[in-house]
Amino acid sequence: MTEARVKMMVPNRSRDNIIQVQNLKKYYPISGGLLGRVKGYVKAVDDVSFNIRKGSTMGLVGESGCGKTTIGKTILRLTDKTQGSVKFDGIEIHDLSRQDLRALRPRIQIIFQDPYSSLSPRMPVGEIIGEAVRERKLVPLEEFDDYITKIMEDCGLKEYHKDRYPHEFSGGQRQRICIARALALNPEFIVCDEPVSALDVSIQAQIINLLKDLQEKYNLTYLFISHDLSVVEHISDTVGVMYLGNLVEYSNKETIFNNPLHPYTKALFSAIPVQDPDAKGERIILEGSIPSPSNPPSGCKFHTRCSYCMDVCREVVPEMRMVEEGHEVACHLY
Amino acid sequence: MDKNKGFFDRFKIIGRWVGKKNGSNTPKNVNYLSAKELRMISRENRKITEELESKRKRVGVLESEYRATMKNPDNILEIDNLHTYFFTDIGVVKAVDGVSFNVPKGKTVGVVGESGCGKSVTSLSIMHLVQRPQGQIVEGEIRFDSGDMIYDIAKTPTDRMQKIRGNKISMIFQEPMTSLNPVFKVGMQIDEVIELHNSHMTRDLVKRRTIEMIEMVGIADSEGVYEMYPHELSGGMRQRAMIAMALACSPKLIIADEPTTALDVTIQAQIMDLLRTLKDKINSSIMLITHDLGVIAEMADFVVVMYAGRVVEQGSARDIFYNPLHPYTVGLMASKPGKDKNVERLYSIPGSVPNPIDMPNYCYFKDRCDRAFEACNGEYPPTYSISETHKVACYHYANGGVTHDRS
Repeated sequence: MTEARVKMMVPNRSRDNIIQVQNLKKYYPISGGLLGRVKGYVKAVDDVSFNIRKGSTMGLVGESGCGKTTIGKTILRLTDKTQGSVKFDGIEIHDLSRQDLRALRPRIQIIFQDPYSSLSPRMPVGEIIGEAVRERKLVPLEEFDDYITKIMEDCGLKEYHKDRYPHEFSGGQRQRICIARALALNPEFIVCDEPVSALDVSIQAQIINLLKDLQEKYNLTYLFISHDLSVVEHISDTVGVMYLGNLVEYSNKETIFNNPLHPYTKALFSAIPVQDPDAKGERIILEGSIPSPSNPPSGCKFHTRCSYCMDVCREVVPEMRMVEEGHEVACHLY
Repeated sequence: MDKNKGFFDRFKIIGRWVGKKNGSNTPKNVNYLSAKELRMISRENRKITEELESKRKRVGVLESEYRATMKNPDNILEIDNLHTYFFTDIGVVKAVDGVSFNVPKGKTVGVVGESGCGKSVTSLSIMHLVQRPQGQIVEGEIRFDSGDMIYDIAKTPTDRMQKIRGNKISMIFQEPMTSLNPVFKVGMQIDEVIELHNSHMTRDLVKRRTIEMIEMVGIADSEGVYEMYPHELSGGMRQRAMIAMALACSPKLIIADEPTTALDVTIQAQIMDLLRTLKDKINSSIMLITHDLGVIAEMADFVVVMYAGRVVEQGSARDIFYNPLHPYTVGLMASKPGKDKNVERLYSIPGSVPNPIDMPNYCYFKDRCDRAFEACNGEYPPTYSISETHKVACYHYANGGVTHDRS
């Protein structure tokens, strides 16, 4: 952890950043009417920029519908961007040709949220994990079996699980299979899209520990998307807070959890239930729910629910500002 | 009693058939049963469930059969040695196996445990909503004080139960989207509950009551929401509508089955706040089922920790959070990442929950427990009382408290 903090102090050299996202926008068109004309756009991701350093974990938090998953998908080009740029290791992902993208795919992988629907029920586990490896001829055929066994053991699965089908496994084990599948291609960057939210607390701990161990072993970089703040706090080095398609605050973990600045971040952190029956402290309860991204409020998108709302908030969109070293916030208060 | 004995012997037969397979050390076990074994099991199952069903379907059950008395008049609900079993094709699943706890009047009791530990089945047993005929309450009492009469819900016939369900006891389900009917307007669905239990009310009165309920759960545009379909509402609003429906008849007991699990933290905070204030407003008790210890700490006065169909520890919220005793409770708390825990690795309980069809005959947690000692090889530990409120089922505390007689 200290190492990560030392790195924080060094000015960002571009080659340290494995992922560079700049002014990324993703709008989904809403078509309607008789002719199916485009009536408007759902601004799922609206002008987001951040970098992820090699070997670190960035946590992305926010309420459902704020565009966390869309960012993950756009980074991997599972969906096309509208504007902006996503660079992986200096390569502009959205400019690649089909062939080049295919060559790049093993280096960028994803673990999905629901281990029940992201595994093919008709394939044995060994095949699920090994399919892409064989397809890409990453290891010679004679070493293939040993390689899959090794990956499975890394992820806490047993060799005899190879011939079983996903329905024979519990949720935690299925998530291990998903991790093994991503890991088998020897990736450098993994998007973890809510990998533990479908699991029980005790299983969550196992999976989080596994992800951390693998990161250490293979020097992986994670983008960890979650709505569970305590999990994000545990695993991340840097944290980005999203609201309605915008990044509202971005900093390293210690700063953001000890000194949250944006009113939304404050409310979000105060809403985490604490395991202490006597700690019924000052809780900020936000009124109402998240506005529709197809018709977001003017000015600062958070002003409809913000208790510090000023006149300027209703009209002017706040810019991301550096408040202190490595701590950026988009709010007129600062 | 004699009848009951024969009854339980039958389970043992099935247990033996399944258990035989487990004798060998192969990792494959209950998933592979021979056709003969399967036939044997389903024949036994049919015999047992038919017997229970015919008992349940009798007409003209006397009121004295399901009238009960509370052990403590301050309790609204007393669950006493409840057993709910599922008779499946691969053996008997003892989903709830001897659960006892009380819900005092005006208090919130939190039931916590991992998925599959039987917390939902306990609540479904109280509501008589266990999937029949496979799922059956085979033993135990659920005493409920409805105000005018004390029922033993385990023996109450269905037609009588329909008057209690939704009226005196109501339930808030986990997923508001799947538990609201998508083809009816929200208002109509709440109307239905009120109409059903108040046949004397006119249409207008019912509607007025519904709108009053919608306002009470904090929805500003009550007239508008009355005319809306569930898909037009957000997750938080849907859950509010569900709460309005549950509270429509001012129930004595509200069972909230993971009411906030599908919601965001900010909305979760709103809903918990709402439940707390409404409970006091209509003067009822809450049985809160969740796997989130944080939610429990915030809401509950008493906590029941369940593991593999049994209660392993129960006590007041302070007992459980400041002085957790059972190794499972301790492990559960340690495995949750939190603000005050600056550890590199999270604690995780080793191993997994034993197979529900073939439970061991010693403490169910022994194989995962890092504090297991010789006594743990004995039969399942009885419940030991540590203080007036705090009880734990673990041999480590055999001397720490007075042995609590379970029968």
